[in-house]
Amino acid sequence: MIERTLGIPSDEKETKVASQNPLKRIALEPVTRIEGHAKVTLLVDDEGHVRQARMHVVEFRGFERFVQGRPYWEMPVLVQRLCGICPVSHHLAAAKAVDRIVGGENLSSTAEKMRRLMHYGQTFQSHALHFFHLVSPDLLFGFDADPAIRNVIGVAKKYPDLAVQGVMMRKYGQEIIKATAGKKIHGTGAIPGGINKNLSIEERDVFLRDIDQMLDWAQSALKIAKDYTTEHLKQLASFGSFPSNHLSLVRKDGALDLYHGNLCAVDAEGNKIFDQVDYSSYLDYFAEEVRPWSYMKFPFIKSLGPEKGWYRVGPLARLNTCKFIDTPIAEKERKEFMKLGKGKPVNVTMAYHWARMVELVHAAEKIKELLHDPDLQGENLVVKGKRRSEGIGLVEAPRGTLFHHYRVNDDDQVVMANLIVSTTHNNEPMNRAVQKVAEEYLDGKEITEGLLNHLEVAIRAYDPCLSCATHALGQMPLLVELYDLEGNLLDRKARGE
Amino acid sequence: MSDAITLTIDEVEVTGRKGQTILQAADDAGLYIPRLCWVKKLKPGATCRLCTVMVNNRPVAACTQPITEGMIVLHDTEPLNRYRRNLIDMMFVEGNHMCPVCEKSGNCELQALAYRFGITAPQYPYLFPRRPVDASHPDVFLDQNRCIQCGRCVRASQELDGKSVFQFFGRGAQKKLGVNAEARLADTNLNLTDEALNSCPVGALLRKRVGYAIPVGRRLYDLQPIGSEIEAKARRAANRK
Repeated sequence: MIERTLGIPSDEKETKVASQNPLKRIALEPVTRIEGHAKVTLLVDDEGHVRQARMHVVEFRGFERFVQGRPYWEMPVLVQRLCGICPVSHHLAAAKAVDRIVGGENLSSTAEKMRRLMHYGQTFQSHALHFFHLVSPDLLFGFDADPAIRNVIGVAKKYPDLAVQGVMMRKYGQEIIKATAGKKIHGTGAIPGGINKNLSIEERDVFLRDIDQMLDWAQSALKIAKDYTTEHLKQLASFGSFPSNHLSLVRKDGALDLYHGNLCAVDAEGNKIFDQVDYSSYLDYFAEEVRPWSYMKFPFIKSLGPEKGWYRVGPLARLNTCKFIDTPIAEKERKEFMKLGKGKPVNVTMAYHWARMVELVHAAEKIKELLHDPDLQGENLVVKGKRRSEGIGLVEAPRGTLFHHYRVNDDDQVVMANLIVSTTHNNEPMNRAVQKVAEEYLDGKEITEGLLNHLEVAIRAYDPCLSCATHALGQMPLLVELYDLEGNLLDRKARGE
Repeated sequence: MSDAITLTIDEVEVTGRKGQTILQAADDAGLYIPRLCWVKKLKPGATCRLCTVMVNNRPVAACTQPITEGMIVLHDTEPLNRYRRNLIDMMFVEGNHMCPVCEKSGNCELQALAYRFGITAPQYPYLFPRRPVDASHPDVFLDQNRCIQCGRCVRASQELDGKSVFQFFGRGAQKKLGVNAEARLADTNLNLTDEALNSCPVGALLRKRVGYAIPVGRRLYDLQPIGSEIEAKARRAANRK
């Protein structure tokens, strides 16, 4: 199992801080317009200065434990139930891991391209969902706009064309998933050593009919994100931003590759921490820290230790680690995006949105490229080879690098599972972003709903999926309570009241 | 002397043959009576009771009750269908049936019957029993979590394979499927070619390493409900008239 270290218990830390100075605790619960459940707590002193800010993940799932004993070929179907937004990522990461168990990691070209099509379809729908449904209210109306309009319904009313585009792009991606995986959510397409179907000519032609429209809309969305970032750069440059390491898979030639590659990590200056590392040896490079105040672990690069070894993953990190993108429009946009960093990695947290939209365009370009590839109609779907007792599979999920690792016994049962999901990698950065925004915007001020939304805006930049990261989507009211040191309730605000 | 026997099932006049059961005569006439423990190649077990029909105001198992001249059978009635729904429902809550991830999904007779009867969620509380998984056999996986104790594997092993690989132990709620060995399936004489392996209506007895090979959309019950094949006979006959 991956090495784990224990951090100082948060309660102890809080007690120490609190015992020196009387502090007020503000809880923002739940954080909204993200996937999963989280809360933010602030410790504020008498003068209103923020002494500590944390994002707590309050879900517990337990997949790593209850998959034990199940047959390995169930993993791609079972483990994807972690998530309803990006199940394809888990489906494919698990499939890549079990490919190795059956000795089928050298997939047929039909199988690999079908899986890639599935993955790009998913990236397309997930990025569109996040940008249009979850983030656009903040960008279009402002961080502290009236929450009555700062939501997806508000967007649909004021920008109906944009809202329709968002819905149709998501639908397109979901239909690609259905054609490759059998179902829009939680399909069964990827099986050990391959895929269980190819793409028929009829299916292909339906997607070809609309792909140019999707590419146009993707570029429009990219323009919104780009224009927003450049127009508000003065404010956004520091908003929840900080220098950090960045991690992703890259292709052997350094190109962006969302489905397969080797691990590459760069520091805030752009220096390589490691490059072209075979992900099967990930245990030599990563460790995870456990902090008792969160169900989500804190991974770090072993060689740098927990203090300096944390890193970011996802669209921003991917554009920072790759040398180029192998599709023309996205590559042109990547070059423009990288100018933000002035020759170094881009460390502007809010630039995640711009980077995500570059990937949206890339996904559309890749889908178009694949749809014209006759290999998708091939008949060679599954390959198998020498059986192994262990398999590791990684993909670049929409939210970042996703690790799946399984060991099986001679009876084909899983005896160990280790999952490190994208959002988990971003745990430390999200906490830092929250701390930074709290210090910059909330410090010394009367806490208002609009100010609290600034914290959520910083978290949303990462498009976290906490259901995945803790290995429930539901509706909880936003409740903020302000207590004094003795635990007396001073103020209470609930969303909707 | 003719072997033909005329009976009435739900006011439809049906002609069967001497020696047939109600279920067989209904099948031939294109009337689907739900069943789980009955399969064509095996002697009837009459354990699941899903095929219960009313004859002379008495409940009988259609899979074992021979037809007689002038017999009046009630089958597709509201009380009987409610009774069948309850039985299906109980089979779900008595085991651990995780349809969303089960490799038998789409080919599972229990799941297909639930769909046919419009069961979207169980009405009874889940029992969440702790049941073992036997993965010891090199080619076969036995997941007792999904066993509905229909006995098809027990009978298939005995009647078709000439073996006794499977057997029931215990009584009532304690009844469970066992194997003819000290502990493990691997220690029995079960072969990959045994008919018993084709007999399981659910995802309890499975061939290893072939799960999910059939894509969604091409599985047995993806496009039409269970029983459609039998009911198609009646439609074909009606078209011929």
